[in-house]
Formats: sequence, structure tokens, C-alpha cells
Amino acid sequence: MLLSEIQTGRVVQIVSIAGQSSFRRRLMELGLVPGTRVELLRVAPLGDPVELLVRGASLSIRKAEAGVIEVMQATATPAEDAVPKSVGLAPDLGV
Amino acid sequence: MASTTTDRGATLEPSSHHLRAPAAPPLVLLVGNPNTGKTTLFNRLTGQNARIGNYPGVTVERRSGSSRLDGNRLVEVVDLPGTYSLSARSAEEQIALWAVLGQGQYRAPDLCVFVADASQLSRNLYLALQLAELGLPLVIALNMIDEAGDNPPNTEAIERLLGVPCVAVSARRGSGMSALLATLERALADKPTPRLHVAYPAALLADADALTASLPAPLRDTPERARAMALWALTSIEDDDELTDIDPELRRATLALRRASPRDLDQEVIAARYAYIDARLPELYKRLDRHPRKRRLSERADRVLLHPLWGFTLFMLVMLVVFQSLFSWSDPAISLIEDAFGWLRSGITALLPASIFRDFLTQGILSGLGNVLVFLPQILLLFFFIGLLEDSGYMARVAYLMDRIMKALGLHGRAFVPMLSGFACAVPAILATRTMERQRDRLLTMLVIPLMTCSARLPVYTLIIAALFPPSRVFGFVPVQGLLMVGMYCFATVMTLLSAGVLGRTVVKGRRIPLILELPPYRLPSLRGTLKMMWERATVFLKEAGTMILACTVALWVLLSFPRAPEPVTTTTPPAAAASAGSDAKARAARAESPIAQSYGGKLGHAIEPVLKPLGFDWKIGVGLIGAFAAREVFVATLGLVYGIDASDEDASPLRDRLRAETRADGKPAYTPLMGLSLLIFFAVSCQCMSTLAAVKRETKSYKWPAFMFAYMTGLAYLLSFTVFQVGRLLGF
Repeated sequence: MLLSEIQTGRVVQIVSIAGQSSFRRRLMELGLVPGTRVELLRVAPLGDPVELLVRGASLSIRKAEAGVIEVMQATATPAEDAVPKSVGLAPDLGV
Repeated sequence: MASTTTDRGATLEPSSHHLRAPAAPPLVLLVGNPNTGKTTLFNRLTGQNARIGNYPGVTVERRSGSSRLDGNRLVEVVDLPGTYSLSARSAEEQIALWAVLGQGQYRAPDLCVFVADASQLSRNLYLALQLAELGLPLVIALNMIDEAGDNPPNTEAIERLLGVPCVAVSARRGSGMSALLATLERALADKPTPRLHVAYPAALLADADALTASLPAPLRDTPERARAMALWALTSIEDDDELTDIDPELRRATLALRRASPRDLDQEVIAARYAYIDARLPELYKRLDRHPRKRRLSERADRVLLHPLWGFTLFMLVMLVVFQSLFSWSDPAISLIEDAFGWLRSGITALLPASIFRDFLTQGILSGLGNVLVFLPQILLLFFFIGLLEDSGYMARVAYLMDRIMKALGLHGRAFVPMLSGFACAVPAILATRTMERQRDRLLTMLVIPLMTCSARLPVYTLIIAALFPPSRVFGFVPVQGLLMVGMYCFATVMTLLSAGVLGRTVVKGRRIPLILELPPYRLPSLRGTLKMMWERATVFLKEAGTMILACTVALWVLLSFPRAPEPVTTTTPPAAAASAGSDAKARAARAESPIAQSYGGKLGHAIEPVLKPLGFDWKIGVGLIGAFAAREVFVATLGLVYGIDASDEDASPLRDRLRAETRADGKPAYTPLMGLSLLIFFAVSCQCMSTLAAVKRETKSYKWPAFMFAYMTGLAYLLSFTVFQVGRLLGF
């Protein structure tokens, strides 16, 4: 499936990136290499661009470009975003 | 936040050990991703002595300053433009690599400081890895350590990962700075060289090694650097890249290799580096959070700030404040400057005897200085807001929210704030295009900004509309005059959008580069950094654009005040040549009823009358147009001078009545509503503003673009006014 087709809030992992070589290179350099987990955070109010969470950073790309990124259901948890079971998402908000 | 460099506590080496000649202090480069607080660290290191220059061949600003390290040694610090990677496809992106290597016109650095965001280490390390592979003397400044909360990266693990010293700092709070200074001092002596081994596929290494033979000698001084440069070439050089200074043999060999290879070289290089980083991440942290705390708080804020309804409402409010401040809050300061210059002028007029020197001082120099300083309030205010918006992370959200609309015009989302500012004044708006990274985006935005209805057009519109259009109502209740004013705003906006569309597809074509926008976590903006930026922008404007505005004001004064004596109308001297020669002989001539009509400008007005006639303008309007080049609102005062009426933009009613009463030889009114419409359109589109041109000259570092801007805007204005006037006449208006 393509990154442009998934729903907001879903976590997927990158399979491959097609498209113009400088663009795909830049995306990979920003950490979107095959296997990296990506969450679709939201779509901008006017329908474009989309906001992604990658390696703890938020990146926005346009839908047309999200349409050249092949993704799959996230399976194994790669090191870069593993969440040990003991650490939930909530605990240290009060700091 | 103790430094964890391994040789902590070792005695500092005496500075006499250093090889550098005393003339050139050691060069330290700050390298890092955007939004990592690099500039904040730079400000910390250099204090008040930063200088702004330019990188050779591109319009990217080079920020440098000197800093004293621990042992009181002076170093020169340069803040390189933020980048995610050393691979490049444009001359602008190439700066970082060329600067760290000391290639081309760059001096080789004695030390590189990699500034990393402690809460986004995995992505930041990618660039650090590239620097390390080049074997550059390197120190890692792990910045924003205060934001890493209770799970900060382990500096020792980072030192093991790259083989160079790493110091945790918070440039914003100033913590860790003394440890950093000590480490820099030591590193300048030790030249710590990185050690690391990324496991690239064997086939890729074979390709890279084959390519090293084609590298120019300085790029392959060590086997490691040669290999790293070969990998750089493989991921940067392409058929259609815009790199400069690339060795032709290297280019040929790289392209041949890329074409011949059936493999995905980009992915092999990049994936191997991330595999190296990912494998070591567990050592860097106590635990691996998928959502660092900072991100999570930002994410909560974005649920509101990027919300389709609340987000847009807040966005409008923020933009309204920015716009309102430029449009009206800057007014008292502008009036103050104008009044101050008014007092100065009258003071000098009273003190000195009437002479050409006095007029030169008051009408040339003082007016010119006033013309320059009058922009300061708006420039300072705009950059105050830009500083806060950028620093807080909201500017990226503005681009995110507006991208859909700006994309349709071929503009970047970041063009929104400059475009909006253009409604107040084109000069600060053009300076604000600097917030865009790409030259093409900056240029296109600059070229269309002056079409927005700036506040200087208002007094002109008011005069023309009040003088030449009846105060009647359409459908019984809509006032014609108000409707015209609204119409002018709509017309200008449509013209701006159309021009952006056309220019973006023709003159500043460039490749369309897909948007990749990082939304950094929200941070409390730093007032200090913002004030510093306001100061920098203002001084750069005064120094560079200011001198040009001053010179143009003096030139216009000469044009409109010489020759002073009433002369016979037939003169053989071409005005431009005579203007530069100067003619103080006739300085003390008696004042004619309208001396401006006798001036070179007046003659020029007569001379261009045949050209203006098809637009419905006579020579008097022509003189007004020439005078308006100093600033659009000066049209009112210049026209007043032509008629011998003292007119200001606040109260132009005597001039208004005079325009209404003006008749042609046959007794019909000289100025009709049709001519008024033609003049309104001319003023909306033409480039009647030397300050705008001076600002464009300063930002593009060339005369070509201001010249093009003047030509296209004035040409378009002529065409439109011509069409309106001629079609209107045919229709019997």
C-alpha cells in the first residue's frame, strides 16, 4: 500500500520510495529508510500536506509525494523507536 | 552537566604549540541540522561581534565572529547554513561540504563543531557520520540537553560511536559552555580525528574505490577521505544537478558508474549509515522512547494549533497582529522619524543662508536619510515577529497550513508572511524572503511582492479617487469611491497571483522540488536572539540598501530642482547628461511660479508626454510619476509642486480641487474618470519605488533582478493602462 492511502494515526513501515532521485534521497537521509516506522500524524486542514512522525521528528510532505512511498503494516519494532514495555507514553508528562 | 571527554583534567597545552600563523586565528565551523540551536550557540560563542557577509557565488549569508576560548585564544567561528546532509544538488547545499573541506574559495577549518539536538539524535547523527567519515577534526556539541528530560543521551557512548569528544550543552541556558570551550581549546591542539566503520555492502565499496582514482588530489589525501568523497559523489552528482566547481573527470566517472550500476546506490549508502546508527542507539539512551517528552507536548499543542477550525482561527489572529502592527502600529514611529527630519530641515533652513548647498543638505541629503530611516520601524517590527515565529516553531506551521494555497501559485508555504507584509510595505517584505531556503523561492516571491497594494499607494489612490470620481452610489447605497478602493486591492491581489503563476513558469522556472517541511517542537522563543536578528537585519539594510536609496534621492532632487533659473523652453542639453554635470552658476535665480516645471524632471515630463498620452496622462502627471520614484506617496507632493500648491498626503484637498478644475485648451476637463482609472491601474502595477529596487538589489546581490523587476512591472502597467484608456475611449467614456 502507499503512504498516501493510509489513515491518520496508523503506524506503518517503509518498504520503498520511488520518484525523483533527489527527493527520495533527501527523504532517506531524513531517516525514511526501508524498515523505518512512520506514523501518519495528521493531514493539513486544506487537505495537503500530510504530517509524519519519523524517528521522533515531525516531517511534512505533500500527498502527491506520499503517493510514491510504498509502506506496509508495521511488524517488528526496529531499534530506533522501540518502546520498552515498562515505559508507557504517559509517565513523565509532569516533569 | 560535566563534560565527559576522556582526557578531562589534563593540563592545557600552551598556545605556543599551535601551528597557525598569528595573523589568521584558527577557524572553527559550526555544522548541524536546521533547528538545532546552532545560531544560539554561535551567539553564545561570539557575543556581540558577529559579522554578516556572503558566501562566494551564492546569495546565502555567511555569519562569522570571533570568540575567546579557555586559554584566552582567539578563534574565528563561522555558523554554516543548517543542513540535513552533506550530499547536495545545488550550489547552496554545496556550501556546507565545500566549507568543511576547505575547497574552492573556502579556507580549511581547524575544527568542526557538530551541533546536535539531544532529543533527535538518530537523525542528527546521520550528518555527524558524514563529517566523521571525511576524517575532519571534530567535536560534538550535544545541544538542547535541557530538553532531553530524564533520558539524556550518553555522551560517552556518542564519543565511542564517532571517536571524537562530545560535550552536553544548552546554548539557550548557557550551561555546559565552559566545558565546551575547554574541549574546543584542547581539540584545536589534538585535532581529534574520528574513527568509525560503517558496514557498506562490498559491491558499493568496490564502486567507491574505483571512483577514487577520478577524484582531484586534494579530495583524496587519505584513503578514508577518498572513499567518503567517492560516496559523496555517488549520492550527489547527477545529470541535472546544479553543483559548481565539480571536477569534469569526477563528474564523467560518477555518471558513468551510476548509469552502469543496476543497484540502488543512494539507498545502499544511506541505509548502511542508518543501520550503523540504529544498531548503536540502545547504547546511547537509558531507554528508547518512541515519543520524546518534548515531541509529545508539541503534539498536544498541534492538536489545537493545526486544527481545521481552531488552528485556522488562531492563525488568522496571529497574522492579523503581524499585519496590523506593520500597517498601523508602526505609524507613530514613522511619523516621529518624519517629524524629526522635518524639524532638522527647517532648522537648517533657518540657520543657513539660502544657497544651493543648503538645498542640497535639506532636500537631498536629509530627505534621503529620512527616506532610508523611515523603513526602520516596519523592518524592526516585521523581524521581531519573524524572530518570535521562527524561534517558537510556529513559522513552520504557517508554511504547513498555507502550503496548499501557496503551492497553487508555485510559491513556497513560507512565502506567506513576506507576501502578507507586502500589503504594508514591499521593503521589509523583500527582506523577509530570507526566511526561505531556496534561491528560486526567494526570487519569485521578491518579484511579485511589489505588486501587493502597499500603504504608500493609499494616499495616491485617495487623491485620484477623490478628485476624479463622483461621490455617487451604485444601487443607491454602495459608494463608488469605496468600491473603487476595494476594487484596487482585489485587482492588485489578482495581478500578484497571476504574475507569480506566469513568472514561476517562465523567468524563474527552476526544478520543482517537492516540499519536505520539518515541524520542529515548540519552544519558548528567545528574546535575545530575536533582538539580535532585528539589529542585524536593520544594520544590513541601512548599510547596503540605505546608501543606494540615499544616492537615488539626491539624484531625483537634482532632476527636479535643476536648472533653477527659468529658461527658454528650447534647450538642447539632454537632461540626464546635464544633471550629472551640475550647474551651480544659475543657483540663485529668482523663483518661478512653478520651478519644477522648468527642471530637468519637468522637461523630462514634457519629453515623455507623447509616450504617456495614449494612457491619458499629460506632462504634469509624468512629472508626478518621476517624483513618485522616490516613494509612491511623493506623487501627491510632486504634483502639488507642479501646480504650485503645498500638498501633503494628509491633506490634499487644494490639490484635489485643482485637479478637478484643470481644463484642456478646448475647455473640457483635463482629467476624466477614465484617465483616473488608467492612472490608478498604472500606479497599482508599475514599479514606482526605488527603495524596493534597492532592497531587491541587496537581497539578490545583482543589478539584473531589480532591472528585470522594473522592466516587467512598468511594461505591464503601461500595457494595462493603455488598454483600459483606449478601450474606454472607444466605448465613449
